[in-house]
Amino acid sequence: MDAETVTTMARKLPKKDVVIVGLGWTGSIMAHELTDEGLDVIALERGPWRDTPTDFPTNYMQDELRYHVRHDLFLRPDQTTFTFRNKIDQTALPIRTWGAFMPPNGVGGGGVHWNAETWRFLPSDFILRTHLTGRYGAAFLPEDMTIQDWGVTYQELEPHYDRFEYLCGTSGIAGNLNGAIQEGGNPFEGPRSRPYPTPPQKQGFGHVLWAKAARELGYRPFPQPSGNLSQAYTNPLGLRMGPCTFCGFCEWFGCGNYSKASPQTTILPVLLRRSNFALRDNSEVLHINTDGSRARATGVTFVDTSGEQWEQSADLVILSAYAMFNVQLLLLSKIGQPYDPVANTGVVGRNFTHQTISSVDGFFDKSKFNFNPFIASGAIGMCIDEFNGDNFDHAALGFVGGGYLGQVQTNGRPIETTPVPPGTPKWGARWKEAVRDNYLSSLKGGSIHGSFYSYRDVYLDLDPTYTDRHGRPLMRMTIDFHDNELKAAAFMTDKYAEIVRAMGANVVDPKPRKGPYDITTYQTTHLNGGAVMGNDPKTSVLNRYLQSWDVPNLFVLGASAFPQNAGYNPTGTVAALAYWSAAAIRDNYLKHPGPLIHA
Amino acid sequence: MRDLAAWLAKTGVAGAIAFLAGLWSSSASQSDPQDFALIEKGRYLAIASDCASCHTVPGSDRPFSGGRAIETPFGNVISANITPDRETGIGAWTEEQFDAAVRRGIRPDGARLYPAMPYPAYAKMTSEDTRALRAFLNTVEPVRNVAPPTALPFPLSIRAVMHVWNALYFSAEQYRPDPNQSAEWNRGALLVQGAGHCGACHTPKTVLGADKADSFLQGAMIQGWFAPNLTNDATGGLGRWSVDDVAAYLKTGQNRFSAATGPMAEEIVLSSSKMHDDDLKAIAVYLKSLGGETSPLPAALPQSEPIMIAGAAIYRDQCAACHALDGRGVERLFPSLAESASVRSDDPATLIRVILRGARSVATAAEPTSPGMPSFGWQLSDLQVAAVATYIRNAWDGAAAPVTADRVKEARKHLGDRTD
Repeated sequence: MDAETVTTMARKLPKKDVVIVGLGWTGSIMAHELTDEGLDVIALERGPWRDTPTDFPTNYMQDELRYHVRHDLFLRPDQTTFTFRNKIDQTALPIRTWGAFMPPNGVGGGGVHWNAETWRFLPSDFILRTHLTGRYGAAFLPEDMTIQDWGVTYQELEPHYDRFEYLCGTSGIAGNLNGAIQEGGNPFEGPRSRPYPTPPQKQGFGHVLWAKAARELGYRPFPQPSGNLSQAYTNPLGLRMGPCTFCGFCEWFGCGNYSKASPQTTILPVLLRRSNFALRDNSEVLHINTDGSRARATGVTFVDTSGEQWEQSADLVILSAYAMFNVQLLLLSKIGQPYDPVANTGVVGRNFTHQTISSVDGFFDKSKFNFNPFIASGAIGMCIDEFNGDNFDHAALGFVGGGYLGQVQTNGRPIETTPVPPGTPKWGARWKEAVRDNYLSSLKGGSIHGSFYSYRDVYLDLDPTYTDRHGRPLMRMTIDFHDNELKAAAFMTDKYAEIVRAMGANVVDPKPRKGPYDITTYQTTHLNGGAVMGNDPKTSVLNRYLQSWDVPNLFVLGASAFPQNAGYNPTGTVAALAYWSAAAIRDNYLKHPGPLIHA
Repeated sequence: MRDLAAWLAKTGVAGAIAFLAGLWSSSASQSDPQDFALIEKGRYLAIASDCASCHTVPGSDRPFSGGRAIETPFGNVISANITPDRETGIGAWTEEQFDAAVRRGIRPDGARLYPAMPYPAYAKMTSEDTRALRAFLNTVEPVRNVAPPTALPFPLSIRAVMHVWNALYFSAEQYRPDPNQSAEWNRGALLVQGAGHCGACHTPKTVLGADKADSFLQGAMIQGWFAPNLTNDATGGLGRWSVDDVAAYLKTGQNRFSAATGPMAEEIVLSSSKMHDDDLKAIAVYLKSLGGETSPLPAALPQSEPIMIAGAAIYRDQCAACHALDGRGVERLFPSLAESASVRSDDPATLIRVILRGARSVATAAEPTSPGMPSFGWQLSDLQVAAVATYIRNAWDGAAAPVTADRVKEARKHLGDRTD
């Protein structure tokens, strides 16, 4: 069904100034900024309305079976899914149960069920190609690696990172205040203009021991910046948050204690009071409508739960869905040239990336070590950044990229927390005994949060075979690990294992990420790219302000704009980019609607 | 005249203009429809009187068009359409008829209103005030809406019986300032006793539904809630709150101890959050002057009582994550139970209701968070609710009569019938 046919079937709604597609972090930020500007804004959200006391109540949210095992908060694969393959010459098949990542659904998006690890990327991450070729020479990079500069610098994003951290009340300790390195913080981070709004979370026994061992090995450990707050906080919008209670139900769950930063706790109560804001939930956008010239978006067409189609026209269209769906909507709406990896032409779908997660489990003498794994928070923990980005010399290593190493005790939830040393039977009395022996005295999930750089043959396009319930082609993921990422994973896992040995573990079980890319085991929900930002329309979908090169009244927010992924959790950067884009719209675009950059 | 000067100084220029404009035009039998100052005075009085609450169906976009059922112990009273629609509203009423309805409870046809319309409180206002109110109501959108008739059971179905009620309870006396008190105190007293009609909910009632004269604002059951004692009683009333705490609560719905929910949330949204800060302070000064004696504290239940041990365990599991082990919660997010008079009031209706049904703090522009507490009614048995309620009432140096499982059972049944 092509776009024009659908449009004629849809009933028309009164025109708005702005239509926002997806009300997660970036949609909420943009809606707040543009309603501040006085614009009439409507947000369309595919999933349901969700709110803290009614959807994440403290007296049943800690239900591991419902939320972790049965994926209650996520998109249902029968609503829509993706097809997956490792290589171009394979046939992709639909994902029928989520594995490697968990697509969000509903108001708040992934901001509801994240761990709240709130990082900034390194200054060099934003000028990655320039930086790496400058230091090591162009020949050092694999030939098919398609990394590029972002078009925006850390210095430009700094005020926007700062806004997001103060919105969230992020708990942490500065490592670099206006260029001065601070004791106890991350010495590798870019300069920040002021301290974190709240002090770091208290650390558990395992974190303290890990940091001590890391320090003795010459590293400089620091507490992970956390959106689960160390103390009560009132944000600049007047919204109040409470201290984290270390219940250990963060990722995959909503927070009932008002302790985890989310659109629900930091923006939505203020946004919903505004008379120039409206929200339609359970409304799935089918495509962006364009006029005859294809150079102007006229609005979007969406479908409600009864199957009725509606057209919402608007002067400005903001795509702020999950990264994969941003790309899919661009392709379905025929905006931008689709990427072709064989001919190496086009941009939409290009530079698709994920994350390269490795881990190390440590098993300790239970008579001496009790880590109380259930005293946990999604973003607690101690980390080192010596092996992230280009913080270390790669010349002799034969790879680029890296990641942070962290001991992050996110949970001790009973169904998934069954740590047993290698060699233990998979079931039966001896397995049970091993779980009993090791539950309190093992460190699981030592996190090695590796980067995932972009390659010519890792990309998104529309599947030629499979369609969703509306008859639209599914997104096809073609993704595999390259040697560069696997070498980095092996290197960092070794470094991590040394720390665990230095802590005094009896058994150390390193689990470096191995290829091929596996769609069935969870890594992170950090899928990125496909609609990347940049300075050249030949290699990017968006300009440096996240504005479509082809359709200037369309802005595309979210991790889909990442040209490649760094060795950090992306939310801080995703949010900073949303504020950066909103500032460009407020300060420049609205005064002179049109391209902000002339290529 | 000194009182007048003080009042002028207190209410400021806008008030003075409104007042003087009122004097100037009082000779006219009908108000000048363009009299901005009079209309503004009326608009403010309508806010202070919270007319919009009863005279608008919740969620309706047709304010003042009536039809809302006002729950009373005798049955529902249906509010009237007070928009200026000439046939179904009050558009055809003269100013004298409007004044008689508001301050005397007499309809133009001579029938008596039920005191769910708080004319016994509005009688404290002046005819000048009702003229302003009317001038404002003339500016709202006329809505054609015939509110369904009120049908109270016999003998209350005969409105003439209200003659008897009025003879027993009604005083037509206007507010008389107390010369021994400050202008601020008098302003507060007038707002509380008059337009604000606080006693409608917070004063205990006789069997005939009139205020108990000797128990003014000492707390009463209303619509399944216990409307707390507003006197300065240190254990059951506002004794722990400062003047600023009271004013902040009325303005924002929150203060360092507590948060508004239930019917008070609606009052704050529609009325007190829109009132002037100095009026809210005046109300607080007046309320803090009431009573002041501390009601005798019952002996606290020993922590070793089995129900206290059970209650403490439930509290630790279910409540402490937000309200904290010390019962003090998080300021302006999770109300303090340790410092709450409401949880220890003689009638535990509010505490039981909040545990069984959950509650949501009011959202205001100043405090938009509107945090909510989930319902525990599905999870805790009557005995468990009784235990945790008893614990909360007797922990942290507090003391109050224990709550029985039968009382919880009764509340659960009562709440099961309620749609609000």
